Amino acid sequence: MQLIFEKCRQRRAITFDAIDVPEAVLPAELCRASLAELPELSEIDVVRHFTHLSQRNVGVDCHFYPLGSCTMKYNPKLAEAVAAYPGFSWLHPHLASLPAYHAKCQGALEVVYELERLLAEIAGMKAACIKPMAGAHGELTGVLLIAAYHRDKGHAHKDTILVPDSAHGTNPASAAIAGYKVVEVPSNSDGLTDLDKLRAAMNDNVAGIMLTCPNTHGLFETNIAEIARMAHEVDALLYYDGANLNAIVGQCRPGDLGFDVMHYNLHKTFGTPHGMGGPGSGPVGVSERLLPYLPGPRVVKRDGHFSLETPEKSIGRMTAFFGNFLIALRAYAYILHLGDAGLRDVGRMAVLNANYVLARLKDAYKPAFPATVMHECLFTASPQAEKGVHAIDIAKALIDRGYHAPTIYFPLTVKECLMIEPTETESKETLDAFCDAMIEIARLVDEDPESLRAAPRSTPVGRLDEVKAAKELNCARLSPHLA
Amino acid sequence: MSWIPATDADRAAMLAAVGVRSVEELFAAIPPGLRMETWDVPAGISEMAVREKLGRMSVRNDVCSTSFLGGGYYDHFIPAAVDYLTGRSEFYTAYTPYQPECSQGTLQAIYEYQSVICRLTDMEFTNASLYDGGTAVFEAAAMALRVTRRNKVVVDDSVNPLYRRMLETHAANLDIELVSGRDPADAACVIVQNPGFLGTVRDFTALGEQCHAAGALLIVSVYPVSLGMLKTPGAMGADIAVAEGQSLGLPLAFGGPYLGILATRKEHVRKMPGRIVGMTEDKEGRRGFVLTLQAREQHIRREKAMSNICSNQALCALRALVHLSLLGKHGLAEVAAACHAKAEYLKSKLGFARLLNDGPTFNEFAVQLPKNATEVASALTSQGYLAGLPLKSVGAGGDNDLLIAVTEKRTREEMDRFAAALEEVACS
Amino acid sequence: MNPSELKYTEDHEWVGCAGDLYVVGITDFAQHQLGDITFVELPKVGRVVKQHEETAAVESVKAAGDVYAPIAGTIAAVNETLETQPELVNQDPYGEGWFFRLGHVDAAQLSDLMDEAAYKDFLAKNPD
Repeated sequence: MQLIFEKCRQRRAITFDAIDVPEAVLPAELCRASLAELPELSEIDVVRHFTHLSQRNVGVDCHFYPLGSCTMKYNPKLAEAVAAYPGFSWLHPHLASLPAYHAKCQGALEVVYELERLLAEIAGMKAACIKPMAGAHGELTGVLLIAAYHRDKGHAHKDTILVPDSAHGTNPASAAIAGYKVVEVPSNSDGLTDLDKLRAAMNDNVAGIMLTCPNTHGLFETNIAEIARMAHEVDALLYYDGANLNAIVGQCRPGDLGFDVMHYNLHKTFGTPHGMGGPGSGPVGVSERLLPYLPGPRVVKRDGHFSLETPEKSIGRMTAFFGNFLIALRAYAYILHLGDAGLRDVGRMAVLNANYVLARLKDAYKPAFPATVMHECLFTASPQAEKGVHAIDIAKALIDRGYHAPTIYFPLTVKECLMIEPTETESKETLDAFCDAMIEIARLVDEDPESLRAAPRSTPVGRLDEVKAAKELNCARLSPHLA
Repeated sequence: MSWIPATDADRAAMLAAVGVRSVEELFAAIPPGLRMETWDVPAGISEMAVREKLGRMSVRNDVCSTSFLGGGYYDHFIPAAVDYLTGRSEFYTAYTPYQPECSQGTLQAIYEYQSVICRLTDMEFTNASLYDGGTAVFEAAAMALRVTRRNKVVVDDSVNPLYRRMLETHAANLDIELVSGRDPADAACVIVQNPGFLGTVRDFTALGEQCHAAGALLIVSVYPVSLGMLKTPGAMGADIAVAEGQSLGLPLAFGGPYLGILATRKEHVRKMPGRIVGMTEDKEGRRGFVLTLQAREQHIRREKAMSNICSNQALCALRALVHLSLLGKHGLAEVAAACHAKAEYLKSKLGFARLLNDGPTFNEFAVQLPKNATEVASALTSQGYLAGLPLKSVGAGGDNDLLIAVTEKRTREEMDRFAAALEEVACS
Repeated sequence: MNPSELKYTEDHEWVGCAGDLYVVGITDFAQHQLGDITFVELPKVGRVVKQHEETAAVESVKAAGDVYAPIAGTIAAVNETLETQPELVNQDPYGEGWFFRLGHVDAAQLSDLMDEAAYKDFLAKNPD
């Protein structure tokens, strides 16, 4: 398919009325030498170009998307509809900067206030803050909160954050960017955090520990109470990575498990779209002891009027305003619709679906761990790899069969990992058809491995040369004068 | 209320296949004492009721006043086709293009986005987007630390004060010395903004030369629409260009989602955070696109990664690309010319106020009123105007200072009436 | 260089004597682990490095790693060919794929390193 730059024929789409004021000019030395070489096409050309590009993509609306750890559930259209209300989508954020303008944005401030209250309640935390713009941004916010707490208490020696080896890569990266030394804690053979090794790593220098629960092996950390006790004994705070909250929503709450600080992924648990990689939203939740440090300013309610206040010991500004407000608004609509009973059913069905897939596939593929799983099931394709078919070949063969691939080669603790997260919004028929395809592929490993290694064949391009891309670094069609 | 398709019969069949009698058994790993019993979450309400409730909340927000409010975020026209195209679910319900063969739509769109951003800024490389303008400034500063192995970051007064506060918060625990001004001596970088927060347009070419002589990088934060007219960061010798991309087809949305733009020169590309798409081919020689330079990212490098960023704002980047494709080369220049001409027109009508800018401006300028700007702005809300941003509210000026922005959406008639109303309130 | 005459680190660098200078590269095992190498970042000539200091970097499609100085010294030369042909590290890790040469070394530190037999033992015990 041609690049949009290759389709330009000196036609234009949008035109404007003549300017109704006198022309104005700036000194030439302040102006660009020539116009930016932007694509210029008729409107139908632009519409066809992007429509054709969309047809070279797969999304949840057209394909089952069992991408483990990413919770690719259905994105309700209700949420899209309310996010398009002009009263929200056209609202200027600086209305929040000035008390005199607050009367002009009461509806939006109420959304922030109510959503933060609901998020806190859902996770058993004292308060939530919707500002962080993605999960990793929430992690950074959370670790900065931990740092502020220790600074306030005079714990200058606390310089270490513990992270299990099964954690998402963002955990150690976020801790490092917040200025901490990262110490990795190994998993045991059951796929859980190794308590003895954790005990050995836990000392007075530890500021916090970042846990995912259920962890990225799809397993609930059954020793969570003991882990919390060990951490709190040295006044280390417990961070909950909300990536897998979908498994337990409505069943147990991070706050009740002993966590002090967490982030939510609204684009996972609360059904907001993934948008090809973003925008997402990564609010943080905190227990009582971290309340004074939350990023400011915060929405407060007095006598039915919403206004803004910055907590006395706030870590400062993580965002200019309220983060990805329209994403948060979608999550608010999601929670309002599901409510108490609907939210409780999310975790139950997500777990049932994952265990059903595990039950159907455990003879064809080797489960990474023997236990009952929570919201996702992991297999190792090591037996298949010994026959020359790797996890990546299985992934590509699934694409040819009309499915997005599972997450592969993550977590790093499982060799040849296939990580399948069906979510609660998929039907039994869809799961059966997917499992049938997986089983057929397992059979082909013996009967026709070459066909798997040649996959995918149904896509616009076959497997791409990543070495060429990295060596040549052709990352833009530059303007003629720079090319 | 639910989006779960499973029937009771499905659940029973699945439980049987799993070999348990109830879903409850699947949660046996959670210690019983830690299970939740009650929470204060209300019962669900129908789609109809949710839309009614949120519809009522939405109309308590003012989006109908004639607005001169800017301060880094601007009310620009957005062609209808932007919403239409980016609302295609093949885009918005997809995730990161980990499987390139079935994500060529996303990948080619990002490659094209990278291309238009490079063309707009006259830079050689850009990433696939960051969260917003403020985090882009932080990421650029962190990148300068990696490139120069120095730890001093110099921030000019022209930079949006909100960005500066975000930079302070994000960098709180890193060994970074943040200082004000433009002196590049011993600095990793000097960060400037054009037009400045108060609207003044400058040429930072000489500063770029001073930076390079001192071994520092020049980081220029820009307002993308202004690049329809103004000298580019590339032409000024900037090492990193950053921007808040909201003005490129994203609605104001009470603060987000927005678009963080970061572009750089080839020599620094490996120190650049975030995702980047590169062109390549398959075995049959067909052109295709993949995520490249991934080895620098958190999922491989973990605590040694360039940044903790995992996601980007791909859908917002797509909006910017579609928006710029619909405006085109001449359309963006026309929008910029209209913004500038209209702002100059309004400026000419405000003889009763003292202009605070010490040089030419683009579409925004600061004035000192005879009266308290907050009181004036407050009084004008009842006449249907958002008069602008009282600078005291963001710590960027005195009590009487007001920042006024004009976009292509404002008409001469609106500005005539607004100028009269402002004069009446401010001078009475 | 002849692998049997080199000294090795646990980070999979090798160092060998060539005239007045010491040559440093990464081992065959390391290049295998990395896969197709796409980029090598080399230090500036004249830089003084401590033993085990991060001195160069290497990237493949799936991994990135730092190259540490096996012994202290001053960078006397770098293999600029790798900037355009990083694949030489894969093709000839002990020859054309060398990274940099060190002068003014602290030769006593060589005794901290493994010889070929010890390195092979180390690999056998640490297969990942």
